Amino acid sequence: MPAATRTVHDVGTGELPRRAQELLAAGHRLALVAAHHDGEGAPGGRALRVVYLFLAGPPDTRTELHVRLDADRPRVPSLAGLSFPAGRFEREMHDLHGVEPLDHPLPRRLVRHFHWPRGWYPLRPDAGPPPPFGEPEGPYPFLQVEGDGVYEIPVGPVHAGLIEPGHFRFSVVGETIIKLKARLWFVHKGVERLFQGRDTDAGLRLAERVSGDTAVGHALAYCLAVEEATGTEVPEPARQARALLLEMERVHNHVADLGALCNDVGHSVLNAHAQRIREQLLRLNQQTTGHRLLRGGVHPGGAALLALPSPATVQALRADIREVAHLALGHSTVRDRFTGTARLSTRAARDLGCLGYVARASGVAADARLAHPFHEAAAPKTVPVRTTGDVLARFLVRAEEIDLSLDLIDDLAAALGAPGTYAVPLAEVRRPASGTGVAEGWRGTVATRVETAADGTLTRVKPVDPSFFNWPALPVALRSTIVPDFPLANKSFNLSYAGNDL
Amino acid sequence: MSGVGYVAVGAQVVVVVGGAPVLGGWMRQVRARLEGRAGAGVGQPWRDVRKLLRKEAVTPVGTGPAFRLAPLLLVATTAVVAALMPLASTRTPVSGSADLILVVALLALGTVALALAGLDTGTAFGGMGASREMTIAALVEPTILLAVFAVSIPVGSTNLAAIIAGTIHHPARPASPAGLLAVAALAVAVLAEAGRIPVDNPATHLELTMVHEAMVLEYAGPDLALVELGSQMRLAVLLGLLGSLAAPWGTATGGSLPLLGLALVLLVVKTALLGTLLAAAEVFWAKVRLFKVPELLAGSFLLALLAVVASYFLTGEAVR
Repeated sequence: MPAATRTVHDVGTGELPRRAQELLAAGHRLALVAAHHDGEGAPGGRALRVVYLFLAGPPDTRTELHVRLDADRPRVPSLAGLSFPAGRFEREMHDLHGVEPLDHPLPRRLVRHFHWPRGWYPLRPDAGPPPPFGEPEGPYPFLQVEGDGVYEIPVGPVHAGLIEPGHFRFSVVGETIIKLKARLWFVHKGVERLFQGRDTDAGLRLAERVSGDTAVGHALAYCLAVEEATGTEVPEPARQARALLLEMERVHNHVADLGALCNDVGHSVLNAHAQRIREQLLRLNQQTTGHRLLRGGVHPGGAALLALPSPATVQALRADIREVAHLALGHSTVRDRFTGTARLSTRAARDLGCLGYVARASGVAADARLAHPFHEAAAPKTVPVRTTGDVLARFLVRAEEIDLSLDLIDDLAAALGAPGTYAVPLAEVRRPASGTGVAEGWRGTVATRVETAADGTLTRVKPVDPSFFNWPALPVALRSTIVPDFPLANKSFNLSYAGNDL
Repeated sequence: MSGVGYVAVGAQVVVVVGGAPVLGGWMRQVRARLEGRAGAGVGQPWRDVRKLLRKEAVTPVGTGPAFRLAPLLLVATTAVVAALMPLASTRTPVSGSADLILVVALLALGTVALALAGLDTGTAFGGMGASREMTIAALVEPTILLAVFAVSIPVGSTNLAAIIAGTIHHPARPASPAGLLAVAALAVAVLAEAGRIPVDNPATHLELTMVHEAMVLEYAGPDLALVELGSQMRLAVLLGLLGSLAAPWGTATGGSLPLLGLALVLLVVKTALLGTLLAAAEVFWAKVRLFKVPELLAGSFLLALLAVVASYFLTGEAVR
C-alpha cells in the first residue's frame, strides 16, 4: 500500500488565494483549516500559522498550504469566495483564535456563544480558563423574513426527546418553510484544547469521544494522522481489522437511522424491529471489541479484536435488515412521506462541500474509502449513488450501504481468520512532526490533522467531522418543505452536534 | 322515568371517566405487544394522572382565562356527552336531549376551548397546533354531521336514543348500504377527531409534527392531568358512539337493573374491542403527510354524502 503523498507549501498571504484557486480548480476540496500559535522556538519564529489541507483522490493526494500571520494582529485574505467551506472555517478560526478574515462576505460569528466576553478567544495560548459570561460582542439578530402571514417558530436549543442542543429558527408561511436558520455550538467543549499536551494514547481516548456514534471513524483518522507523523507502518492484519471495525460502525448507525426514519412517519413497528437489530449489532460490537460502541478497537500502531463476526451471524443480520428496509419501502404511506421530501440538489451538495450519504444521495459520489484508502480491501465494490436528493434517496443509499458493508465485513473477517491484537510500537521521531488522517466514517469523511512535539506529546489536533460540512445543507434542503416534515428531513441527515461543536 | 334511568346516567359517566384512561392504557399495551415491546401496563395512564395531580399547578406568564378554563371545559363537555349519550340505556331522564347535533357541538366546544388555550399561550407551537387542529376540525365536523344525518333519516329523528332504539327494533339497518357507509365515514372522522394515526401521532415527542400535543405543550401538573383525561374520555365516548351506532344490541331499552348491568358490560366489551382493533390497525399504518389529511377527510365526507344519498334512495320504505 503506497503511503499517502502529502506535500507542504509555505505560501505568503498575497499568494494564498491564487494557490487555493489552482488546487480547487484541479479537483481538490478543502478538508480542514487549522490555526497554530507558533512560539519563539518554532522553525519560522513566533507567528500564527494557518494550515489549509486540500484533498483529492484517487490517487490519494494531500496538499497543505501553510500561511504565517502576524501573531499579535493575525489577518488573512478570505477564501470564502472560492469555497463555501473555507468561509465557514475562517469564521470558526476567527471565533476561536481571533484571526480576522479580510473581505469575508459574511463575517458573522459562528462558534462564538452569545455570552462569551468580548475579545476572549479560547484557543489562544493566553486564553486561560473559561471566564464567566461577560459583555456580549454586539447584537446577534436573526434575519427577519417579512411579508404577509410570515411567522417565526423558535425551536430549541433544548429539545423534546434525548437529542443534543441546537437552535432552529423557522420563518414560515402557513406550513411552508421560507427560511430556516440553524444556530449550533451550544456544546462547544474545547476538544481541540483538551488534546494539547496529551500523549498519543490519551489523545486516542479523546478522539473516540469527539462524536460518540463515530468512535471508530474519529479514532481511525486520529491514529492514521499520528502514524503518519511518526512514520509508523501498520501491519496488514491491523489495517484489515480497522476496516472491519469501520464497517461495523457504519452498519449499526445506519440500521438505527432506518428505524428512526420509519418512527418519524409514525410507523413504529419497523422502528421496534430496527432497534432490536441494532441491539444485536451492539452486542456483536461488545463481543468484538469489548465496547458496545466499538471503542478500544483501533489504537495508534494497530488494532485489537476479541472476536470476529461469524458468516452465519452476518447472514442472519443481512436478511433481517433487508426485510425491514423492504417493508418500509413497500408501505405506500411511508414511501409517500419519503419521496420528494427535503430535496438537496446536486449543485447545492457540490457547492456546499457535502460529504457522506448526504452527498451520495444527491449525486456526488464522494467516498474516502476509494479516494484515500488505508487498505486496498477496505473499499466497497460499488458506491451507491442516487440523484434525487430527497429523504427516500438518503434512505436508499444507506440501505444499500448496509448491504455492501456486510459484504466487506464477511470478506475482512475471512481474510483475518482469527481475532487478535495486531500492532507495532509507534516509531520514535524526537523532533516536531505533523500528520493527516482521513477515514470514511459512517456519516462521511473524517479528517484529522495532528502536530506533535519532539517528546511525542500532542501540540495540536484538529478533527473535522463531516457534520461541519453537511449542516449548512439542511436549511437549503428544507426550503419549501412543510414544517411537520422537518423532523423527518433532519433525521434523514442525522448530523452530529458534538462532532460539529467540538 | 324511574330511578334506574338516573342510575344509568350516573353509571355511564362513571364508566367513561374511570374507564377512559384504562382504554388508553389498553390500546398502548396492545400496540406495544404487537410491536414486540413489553409495554408500560394498562394502568399507566391512571398512574400518570395520579402523578400529575400531585404536582403544583403552573401557568405560563401572560396567559388568561382561556388557558385556565380549557381543561375544565374539555372534561366537563365530554362528561356531559357521556351522560347524554345512550351508551348503556336509551331510557334515561336526559335521553330526550340526546340530540346528535348537540353531542357533536359539545365535542366541538371542547376542541375550540383547547385551541383557544393554545393561542392564549402566545407560543409558536400553541398557535401552530391550534391552527392545525382547527383545520382538521373544520373538515371533520361536517363529516360527522352528515354521517349522523344519514343514520337519522330512517328514524326520522336526530335523537340518539331514538336512532339506537330504532336500530334495535330493525336489526338489519346497520347492514344497509347507508348504515355501512355512514359508519365507515364516522370511523375516519373519529380517528381524526381523537388525533390518532394516520392523522396525528399521539406517541410522538417531535414538537413540529404534533397537532393535538402541540396545543397543550404548555400545560403542566393538574391541568395537564385534566387535558389528558379529557382526551382519553373523548376517545372513549367517540368509540362508544361508533359502537352504539354500528352495533347497538345490548343497550338497555327498558327500566330493569340487571339489563342495565348487562348493557354496561357490553358497552365496555364493545369499546375495548373497537380500541383493540384501532390499536392493531395503527401498528400497520403510518402517519400521512399533513397536507394529505384533507384528502383523507374529503374521502370520508364523500362516504357520508353517499350514505345520505343511499338512505334516501335505497331505504325509502323505512321512513314510512
